[in-house]
Amino acid sequence: MLDPKDRIFSNLHGQESWNLSQAQKRGDWDKTAQLIKKGHAWIIQEVKDSGLRGRGGAGFPTGLKWSFMPPVDDRPRYLVVNADESEPGTCKDRDILRHEPQKLIEGCLLSAFAISAHVGYIYVRGEFYREAERLQQAIDEAYAAGLLGKNAAGSGWDFDLYVHRGAGAYICGEETALLESLEGRKGQPRLKPPFPAVMGLWGYPTIINNVETIAVVPTILRRSGAWFAGIGKANNTGTKIFCISGHVNTPCNVEEAMGIPLKELIEKHAGGVRGGWDNLLAIIPGGSSVPLLPKEICETVTMDFDSLRSVQSGLGTAAVIVMDRSTDIVKAIARLSKFYMHESCGQCTPCREGTGWMWRVLERMAIGNAKISDIDDLLDVSRQIEGHTICALGDAAAWPVQGLIRHFRPEIERRITAYTQGNAHA
Amino acid sequence: MPKMIINNQEFEFEPGMTILQVAEQAGVEVPVFCYHPKLSIAGNCRMCLVEVEKSPKPVASCSMPAVEGMVVHTNTPSVEKARKGVLEFLLINHPLDCPICDQGGECDLQDITMQYGPSTSRFEENKRAVADKNFGPLIKTHMTRCIHCTRCVRFADEIAGVPELGGTGRGEHMEIGTYVEKAISSELSGNMVDICPVGALTSRPYAFKGRSWELTSTESIDVHDALGANIRVDSRTGEVMRILPIRNDAVNEEWLADKSRYSYDGLKRQRLDRPYLRNAKGQLEEVSWEKAFEATALKLKASKPEKIAALVGDLVDVESMFTLKKLFQGLKIPNYDCRLDGSSYPVSPAFKGDFTFNTGMLGIEEQADVCLIIGCALRTDAPLVNARLRKRYLSHGLQVAHVGVPFESTFPLDHLGDEASLLADILEGKHPFSKVLKKAKYPMIIIGNEALTRPDGGELHAMAKAIAAQYNMVREGWNGFNVLHSAASRMGGLLMGFIPENGALPTKDILAKAEKGELDVLYLLGADELPETCLEKPFVIYQGHHGEVGAMHADVIFPGAAYTEKDALYVNIEGRVQQANRAIFPPHEAKDDWKIIRALSDYVGAGLNFVNLSDVRAALSIENPSFSLLNISQPGPLSTVSKTLPKVGDQKFKPKALSYYMTNVIARHSVTMANCVRDLTGGVHD
Amino acid sequence: MVEQETEPFLFSKANSTLAKQIVARYPKGRQASAVLPLLDLAQRQSGGWLPQSAMRYVAEYLEMPEIRVYEVATFYTMFNLKPVGKHLVQVCTTTPCWLRGSGDLMDLCRRKLGVEKGQTTPDGVFTVVEVECLGACVNAPMVQINDDFYEDLSVEAFDGILENLTAGKTVKTGSALGRMSNPYRKGE
Repeated sequence: MLDPKDRIFSNLHGQESWNLSQAQKRGDWDKTAQLIKKGHAWIIQEVKDSGLRGRGGAGFPTGLKWSFMPPVDDRPRYLVVNADESEPGTCKDRDILRHEPQKLIEGCLLSAFAISAHVGYIYVRGEFYREAERLQQAIDEAYAAGLLGKNAAGSGWDFDLYVHRGAGAYICGEETALLESLEGRKGQPRLKPPFPAVMGLWGYPTIINNVETIAVVPTILRRSGAWFAGIGKANNTGTKIFCISGHVNTPCNVEEAMGIPLKELIEKHAGGVRGGWDNLLAIIPGGSSVPLLPKEICETVTMDFDSLRSVQSGLGTAAVIVMDRSTDIVKAIARLSKFYMHESCGQCTPCREGTGWMWRVLERMAIGNAKISDIDDLLDVSRQIEGHTICALGDAAAWPVQGLIRHFRPEIERRITAYTQGNAHA
Repeated sequence: MPKMIINNQEFEFEPGMTILQVAEQAGVEVPVFCYHPKLSIAGNCRMCLVEVEKSPKPVASCSMPAVEGMVVHTNTPSVEKARKGVLEFLLINHPLDCPICDQGGECDLQDITMQYGPSTSRFEENKRAVADKNFGPLIKTHMTRCIHCTRCVRFADEIAGVPELGGTGRGEHMEIGTYVEKAISSELSGNMVDICPVGALTSRPYAFKGRSWELTSTESIDVHDALGANIRVDSRTGEVMRILPIRNDAVNEEWLADKSRYSYDGLKRQRLDRPYLRNAKGQLEEVSWEKAFEATALKLKASKPEKIAALVGDLVDVESMFTLKKLFQGLKIPNYDCRLDGSSYPVSPAFKGDFTFNTGMLGIEEQADVCLIIGCALRTDAPLVNARLRKRYLSHGLQVAHVGVPFESTFPLDHLGDEASLLADILEGKHPFSKVLKKAKYPMIIIGNEALTRPDGGELHAMAKAIAAQYNMVREGWNGFNVLHSAASRMGGLLMGFIPENGALPTKDILAKAEKGELDVLYLLGADELPETCLEKPFVIYQGHHGEVGAMHADVIFPGAAYTEKDALYVNIEGRVQQANRAIFPPHEAKDDWKIIRALSDYVGAGLNFVNLSDVRAALSIENPSFSLLNISQPGPLSTVSKTLPKVGDQKFKPKALSYYMTNVIARHSVTMANCVRDLTGGVHD
Repeated sequence: MVEQETEPFLFSKANSTLAKQIVARYPKGRQASAVLPLLDLAQRQSGGWLPQSAMRYVAEYLEMPEIRVYEVATFYTMFNLKPVGKHLVQVCTTTPCWLRGSGDLMDLCRRKLGVEKGQTTPDGVFTVVEVECLGACVNAPMVQINDDFYEDLSVEAFDGILENLTAGKTVKTGSALGRMSNPYRKGE
């Protein structure tokens, strides 16, 4: 369990005020200028040393991503913060936006300086109207205090930060779709290469990071990369905000050490599974995009990128969706398939055509109105989508379905058999 | 050059090429839907997925740059599986209505499915249905068939320059459509039908008229403007069924303007299909060819040569004009002019640069950086020349200014004004645009009909030349002086000298004398765009294919062949001699035009000794060897610029009288073109 | 395609000022970036939906082709292309909310307001829509009404909110249990 003194987001639940003076009392903006004076390379190296991996889902090493920026020339460079939090099960960035906005804003200045950007945009999902409002107030406070703008925080670095609200599209959480949206178009992911670090916002070098990733940067720099790397496990370092939802007694967001056992996480922080651990059916451990895990695996698995990958799932956004034995598991996954169908941008063939197909088949399977051979066909359809699309939404749509079939094939078969027999007798 | 390996074979490639381009060049087939060589890369269909070693996922070859040492496979089981998968996805919501789809037989989806696709469907859900859209009189939509490749959207944005199409909604509900229901306001809209890989966009006029495999294709040349787009005339049992472009990157790329593509129904209406002679009662009466020739010969012989004149229309081929010129020369008749539009700037075949589009299409595409347009509604006068300028604008920011009647351009066009007097300022460096011209490396000038047909057209022509000289537009390695004709016949006529010489009458004087009754015989070879008052007094010989103004006033009618009905040469604005080929025969007794004139020559005792078409061409080539060089642009030298400043009148330019869709007899008899006039000028369509 | 011609649209004085400020956030020539915020402004000014004239106005304002604005307006779910009620009730029914009873909330709408999803009550007070995950999953089930989130809802709590809104009373936003995203125990 995370030592309270290692907790980064001490106001995650809004116990205290979000405002600047309170945030400063909690340690935000403490000698920021001195951190900046240590130089671009130092910051990037500390972040590399921390082992920080992107908190938006893919887990790409942040320091490495930053080092992909081309050498500075006379073109503009941008920092874009992805606050388009929309992955079902995930609601951690929302808490940072409304309760810890100064951590994010300070992180923006430090990260932007690291990559030599003078302008940053925070893309907040449109539905987070109040959160965007709060963030804007916090930015206004920071400007008023000289922490943003010309010679931000007395660092000698000019930095402007803007809030850009989305308008309802999960896909804009995909970094290139986010850029398209920020440029005023439909959020359709771009072809890669070129990658945003080379050709991003308006064609200029751009780094896009998740809210949580950016918000932990100031603490990492203050307490050192080594400190962060000392928490969690090798290659899966630091603290992480977990969102525990579904059939638990006390659903919550909680900051914990990476690598905490899933069972411990739920029992310690979420009051345990509704009706007791033995009432557990399955858990989606990292947001809707990752395959579910049946109870047997949940017993022992730890919450980090590598462990979850080894059980054919993933840490994703660390959104733990707990389902007890009362859950109609086929229906639960069918609902996620509907989500992906609804959120598919429609640009490329496999996702546009395949997500709706999977959903329709799953809806039939939920009541057993299918053939046994449909199960393998569905699996095949999911594999026809996986890896064949422009962006990762195709994979995200395919994996939950694959997870369902991997672990609950007998349940689907049971329903099909029951339905067929019921019809035969009717 | 860097090398890469495709299917275990090494290939060299130019840096910057994509995997798909390298594969195409190497002859390795990769199926595609959304990729189109003339459009930006969308990468959305996912049909072109290939395996790249060291890449965890299959890669879209259309968008992935080729890299030195890359190892690519296009024929592995995983590639095959990916293709099958994509095809299955495309087909689940595609109506399998091929038997009633006009695209059937020439459909990319059909062909690729036959080659790579699954043979059965596992899809048991309901198929999606999409409401059809109204894109106007030329394009029929069947949106349920759409596979969302966005080629049409990209065409509208990039080539046509009318960003009116888009993909609305998202996911499986994405639909291609417009903002408000309207016809696509482009002269190039028909190309969307060509590039649509399925039957979502088909030709409205051709709807349910035929199947592609029933058609006989004939390669030919378009005559609806002076660019000479390369076309394919598809016919069936003596009827033109449709006209499509043929790719020629030096001329029309793979595009065709709507008038050229869709006016063919005009070929089937109001045709002159037998000789007529005006009888004693003043009525036109069907007669035999002999009688028509005899009557004509009598009249010609009875008239003094200086009281006879000939005018040729916009669609006339080289050989007919040449035969007529030879006949007139034989009869010592001096008065003939190919410039029906009345322009009279001085031209001499020796200085063909004076009347040629010297820069050429490739010059625009590859070099031009600044362009001054004078008196020319480029977008409608020559839609594909306009498209080239737009292409250069998109690729290299070509800067264009315009003096003339304003028109809605498809690229930023700096309209300097509509007063000709501006030109003197530009010449003398007093106009802000002079600076732009001065700085330009490859400046060009285009002078068009609005300018050349003015009474002071000669002065304007001289002015354009003076500006070209002043800004070093004509020099070793670059010729930026361009005349843009709007008639397909014009370049051929000027090159062969079908113009009055030694004081003979130009068009304007011929018409004036005809009106006053001072002309005995007027020979109209396909000439219709004339004031009727000029046709009332003289004996009018009308030779052509449509019964319009000329035929109505004719005393004798020789039914000729339309451009689809004869083997004939046309010279395009770049001086490119191109051959049109007979797709079908002219109706009934109508004949090839040069043959009619040759036959007539026997009756007037000026027998021309041409036996076949090659005799005509041989004689022509002796007079002007450039006629024997086919398919290459032939810019030419310009005459020297006079030292004195041209005296350009200060009146404003005037707009053209005829709509784009109505500029010639074929178009004026086309119902499709009439629908365009109605719908694209604010009406609704049926 | 949009069909109905609508009353001409013009930004109000206040919105004009706002629009200028919004456009200024982006570099010169990149004004198209403001299309989402400006459509949002236009929608708020038009009573919660985007008439054809408003989209056209935004297109002209930002020098964008109309179709590009229309693509955007139809792509993002928060733009309504048909009129909506005074209270736009957006019930999240994605799995995390569904697991905790969003179906019952939907049923309540049906029962209490007499409308199916996508419909507006005859008096124009409520429009009920089903939406995808709104990112408040540890406070499920939840509903967004206009700009505000209502979280940790029971059927009774939601009923009370609808009741109060019908009566024109103000309602408390946020968690029906009076918590943030923390566990239920107090004073962590």
